[in-house]
Amino acid sequence: MSTKVQTVDGDAVAFYDLDPHEHPAHGSTMLGFWLYLMSDCLIFATLFAIYGVLGGNFAAGPSPADLFNLPLVAVSTGALLLSSITYGFAMLEMEQNKQGSTQLWLAITGVLGAVFPGLTLYEFYHMIHEGAVPQRSAFLSSFFVLVGTHALHVTFGIIWLVTLMVQIGQRGLVPANQVRVQCLSMFWHFLDVIWIGVFTVVYLMGMLR
Amino acid sequence: MSHSATASATPAPSHDDSQQHPIRLYLVVWVWLFILSVGSYMVDILQFRGLLRWGLILALMLLKAGLIVSIFMHMRWERLALSYAILVPPVLILVFVALMALEANYTQLTRVLFLNSGT
Repeated sequence: MSTKVQTVDGDAVAFYDLDPHEHPAHGSTMLGFWLYLMSDCLIFATLFAIYGVLGGNFAAGPSPADLFNLPLVAVSTGALLLSSITYGFAMLEMEQNKQGSTQLWLAITGVLGAVFPGLTLYEFYHMIHEGAVPQRSAFLSSFFVLVGTHALHVTFGIIWLVTLMVQIGQRGLVPANQVRVQCLSMFWHFLDVIWIGVFTVVYLMGMLR
Repeated sequence: MSHSATASATPAPSHDDSQQHPIRLYLVVWVWLFILSVGSYMVDILQFRGLLRWGLILALMLLKAGLIVSIFMHMRWERLALSYAILVPPVLILVFVALMALEANYTQLTRVLFLNSGT
């Protein structure tokens, strides 16, 4: 005995599309990039968990209150927030196909972004100079890994930004480059979100502990 | 997604509609991010104590992260399915972390109670 499935109109039910059809170019790129960002988020979640467990183990060494300089962190935060809005301006200019001003805002974003790892290196240099090296205590180990990983991400973001500017310079704002600008935008803002977490959990809570 | 070909009676707004969230929205969000960041510093300066301190710090952090994700990362204009796919797993992770923290506290309590009794 067989059963024939039909629609209300009596047509055969089509469970899948037999006709060849095209998907829009880069249609799944953003979803894929969101998945990448979530996997990166897991890395940072792990590092935050490590810091949460080990952040109070000073081994009779320096504590956050002895080491951290909140005004310096405020400058870092300001630079990163400023680079977020300048990247937003670059996106808006790109949507209007203005290549020159897109490149200009991307360059400003890169310069502001470069301030961030610069200040992180400056902070690391001073801490190491004062003997607060990663092997001094579990707190310092977890601090250097967490903040260092974030600064490395920003550094790679800047390298990506420069590469993208070269690509836009060579080929213009073609659809492929527009998708790349969108992906880097997500990456850049994602790093902003992570920094807000680092600023709160490591610096602010560390100073107030 | 920005280039979705999904047919729908009321298509979800996409990146293509981004002309509708002009420069003013970006600036407003950016100013709010600064205000919230200053708020985080004020928690330290005003010397809030106890639950109020930690609650304010965490609330300000979540507000800032939420603004960036929803506006700068365009989550607000994404399809609901994608928003859920992205946002639900981190929330679940937080729940699991809370469960693990409870379990860890319980394990520590039992060790303190039973393993230290002989010393």
